[in-house]
Amino acid sequence: MSRPLLAVMLLTALGTGISRCGGDGDDELVVTAAASLSEAFPPYAERAGYERARFSFAGSDELAAQIRQGATPDVYAAANTSLPEELHAEGLLERPVTFATNRLVLAVPAGSQDVRSLSELTRPSVRIAIGDDDVPVGIYTREVLDRLPSRESESILANVGSTEPDVLGIAAKLSQGAVDAGFVYRSDVAASSGRLDAIELPTRLRPDVAYAAGVVTDSERHDEAAEFVDGLLGPEGQAALRQAGLLPPP
Amino acid sequence: MSNSLFRVGSALGLLITLGFLAVPLAALFTEASPSDLIASLGEPQATEALWLSLRTSAAAVVIIVLVGTPAAYLLALRSFGGRSLVLTLIELPLVLPPAAAGIALLAAFGPRGLLGGAIEDMGIRLVLETAGVIVALTFVSAPFYVRGAIAAFESVDRDLLDASRTLGVGEAGTFARVAVPGAATGLGAGLALAWGRALGEFGATLMFAGSLQGVTQTAPLAIFEFLSSDFTASIALSAVLVMVSAALLMAVKLLGGRPVDARG
Repeated sequence: MSRPLLAVMLLTALGTGISRCGGDGDDELVVTAAASLSEAFPPYAERAGYERARFSFAGSDELAAQIRQGATPDVYAAANTSLPEELHAEGLLERPVTFATNRLVLAVPAGSQDVRSLSELTRPSVRIAIGDDDVPVGIYTREVLDRLPSRESESILANVGSTEPDVLGIAAKLSQGAVDAGFVYRSDVAASSGRLDAIELPTRLRPDVAYAAGVVTDSERHDEAAEFVDGLLGPEGQAALRQAGLLPPP
Repeated sequence: MSNSLFRVGSALGLLITLGFLAVPLAALFTEASPSDLIASLGEPQATEALWLSLRTSAAAVVIIVLVGTPAAYLLALRSFGGRSLVLTLIELPLVLPPAAAGIALLAAFGPRGLLGGAIEDMGIRLVLETAGVIVALTFVSAPFYVRGAIAAFESVDRDLLDASRTLGVGEAGTFARVAVPGAATGLGAGLALAWGRALGEFGATLMFAGSLQGVTQTAPLAIFEFLSSDFTASIALSAVLVMVSAALLMAVKLLGGRPVDARG
C-alpha cells in the first residue's frame, strides 16, 4: 500500500474517532429509554420527523446509572417516575414529564394451559421470570406480591427461575418457553406479535405504572430534545404509544 | 534513519497498546478502594456469584480438556477431506456474538429447541439451571482451548511420535506419554485462555441460563445487576474478578511453562 494512501486512511480513522467522541455527529438525537418503549418510540420518531434519532433501550435503572456516570444522551425516558425525579433532583435531568401509563400483567406463552391465573403461580412445578429488584418492572412485580398473603407471595418467589435485567429479557424467556409465566407490561404482550398471552391482574393488586421523560441537562441538542419530549404528549406521540399498547397519562 | 524511525514507531505502538489495555484495568483499582474490595466480598450476593463462577468455569474447563484434547490430537495429526471445514466449525464460536450463542443454545437445547424434548425425556434440565451455565461456558470457551491444543500438537516433533510408536508404545501410550507432555506449554496456554473466557462470559449465560442468585447468577451477571444500584460494589466485584482471572492465567502459565521431560 502506498504511503500517502495509508496516511490518508489513518487520518480518516482518527478524524472519525474524534468527531464521534465530540457529539455523535451533529444532528442525531440520542434517546435512552425503558426497554418497554422499544416498540413505541421508533414509530413516534418517524411520524414526528426525527429521522436521525438513535435509540438505546435497556432497563430504566441501567440507563439512569449511565447518566450518573456521565453519559449524556439528549432524552431519558423511564418506566417509572421516580428515576427521572431522582435524576432531576441531582441536576442531571430537566423537569420530567409524565407521558404514558402501562399495566402490569401476568404473561404466559401463547396457548399455554400451565398457568391460567395468578393463584396457580404457587404450584411448585411452575417456573417464573421476573425483573430484578432494581428495574421498574421488577419493583412493580414485588409491589403486587407484597399485596398478596405472605405465604402465597413466598411460594411464588420460590418459583422464580430468573431475575432479568429488563422486560425484554422476561419476554424472551417466555417466548422461548424457558419459563411458564412472567410479569411484564400489557404493551410487551401487544409487541410479542401473538407469542404471549396476557392474564390481567385483579384491580386491587395492580400497581400504578407511569412513564416519565426529560431532557438531559447537558444535552447539546436541547431544543430538539425538548420538542421530542413535548411531542410525546401530542397527537403523534400518543398515537404511537397507544399503538404499541401503552395507555394515556393519568 | 528509517530503521530508527521504525523503532520509534513500533515503540510508540507498544506504548499505545499497553496504555489502552492497562488504563481501564487500573481504573477499576483506583475507583474502588481496598476497603471497597473487602466490603464487596462481605456481600453474600457477590461472594455467591464469584463462587458460582469459579465452580461452573472449572467444570466447563474439565469437560473441555477431557473431550477437547483427544479431538485436537486427531485434528492435528490426521489430514482428511473437509479438515479445514471442521477447523472453521470449531473456531466459529470464537467470532459468534455471545447473544447469538445464547440464542443458538436455546434453539438447540431449550424446552422448545431442536433437542429440547429429548433432553427433557432424559430428565435433564439445562435452562435456568446451573448445568445450563456450564453448557453456555463450555460452548463459548471450548474453541480457545481446542485451537491452542491443535497448534500445540502440530508443533510436537513427528519423529518423536513415530519413534515412540516403533518402540511399541502404542497409540494411546504415545498420546499420553509423548504428545501431551510435548504439547504441555501450548495446552496450558489454551486452558488459561478458555478458563478466562469462561469466567467473563455474560451474554450466552444470561440468554440460556438466566440470572438467579446462587443458581445461575455468575460474577459478570452480578456485576451487571449491581451497576444500577451500587456502582462501587459493581466496580469492586469487577476488580476482584480481574484479580481471580489474572491469578488463574499466571498460575497456568507458570505450571505450563515448566520444561517437561518427554521420557515420562
